[in-house]
Amino acid sequence: MIEISKFIIGAFILLGALLCLIASIGVLRLPDVYTRNHAASKGATLGVMSLLLGVFLYFFLVQGHFNSRVLLGIVFVFITSPVAGHLIMRAAFNTNVPLWENSVQNDLQKKKDEEMNQHDS
Amino acid sequence: MAFQVLLNFFIAFMWMFLQNTYTLGTFAVGFFFGLLMIFGMRRFFSSRFYFLNVLAVLTLLMIFIKELIKANLSVLQIILTPKMKMTPGIFAYQTELKKDWEITVLSNLITLTPGTLVVEVSADNQTLYIHAMDIGSAEEAKKDIRDSFEKAIKEVSR
Repeated sequence: MIEISKFIIGAFILLGALLCLIASIGVLRLPDVYTRNHAASKGATLGVMSLLLGVFLYFFLVQGHFNSRVLLGIVFVFITSPVAGHLIMRAAFNTNVPLWENSVQNDLQKKKDEEMNQHDS
Repeated sequence: MAFQVLLNFFIAFMWMFLQNTYTLGTFAVGFFFGLLMIFGMRRFFSSRFYFLNVLAVLTLLMIFIKELIKANLSVLQIILTPKMKMTPGIFAYQTELKKDWEITVLSNLITLTPGTLVVEVSADNQTLYIHAMDIGSAEEAKKDIRDSFEKAIKEVSR
């Protein structure tokens, strides 16, 4: 029983570390702020969550100690990291950070331009 | 709905007083009987039987976790392909949701969906501007959002 649970715990922790690694490679490789933000906000969320889940299961199954703070940590990461991603995205857009040149569509810029024209006229 | 939950707790406490045993087990039994009573009396409440809302919240949580895993797989695929072939872009999405918390939950869900991230919510809460990794699949993403997420959120707030 302990052996099986150790395998599961190991899988969770390795998966989490791997996801964090891939997310950071994505931050290096992707071309602009917006696409990098995709990698950072998604990869890091699930990576940290599965790491914490592995830690929780280790202490619960192997050592028999129920640590509720780790569970709270999972919930907080789950709630806050998409919001953080959204805020960084929004701040970047409002300070006129350009999109990658291969981007094809920009409805938000269109709307902003229209508003500017209305102010001018 | 909150009233029904409160009533259920009240019945559970009543059950504990009737039994004169104050343990978690008695509370659970009382809670179960309270649930049955409220189910029997459901036509006298103005809102629907509250356990359906609980189920809807659980469904929403399941969708959240499923989408998170799918999103990670798709980001992984994009990062690890040698050539950058994606066509990013920002598209507008009209939402039918009204309340603030519904829109917050919807934008959190969209952020955790494969290939989409919310950039801005318009001032009148009608339009979400979404940055997509691959704009080619934007129409499909729109349909996806409308069919699964908005429906699930509406189910919770009904």
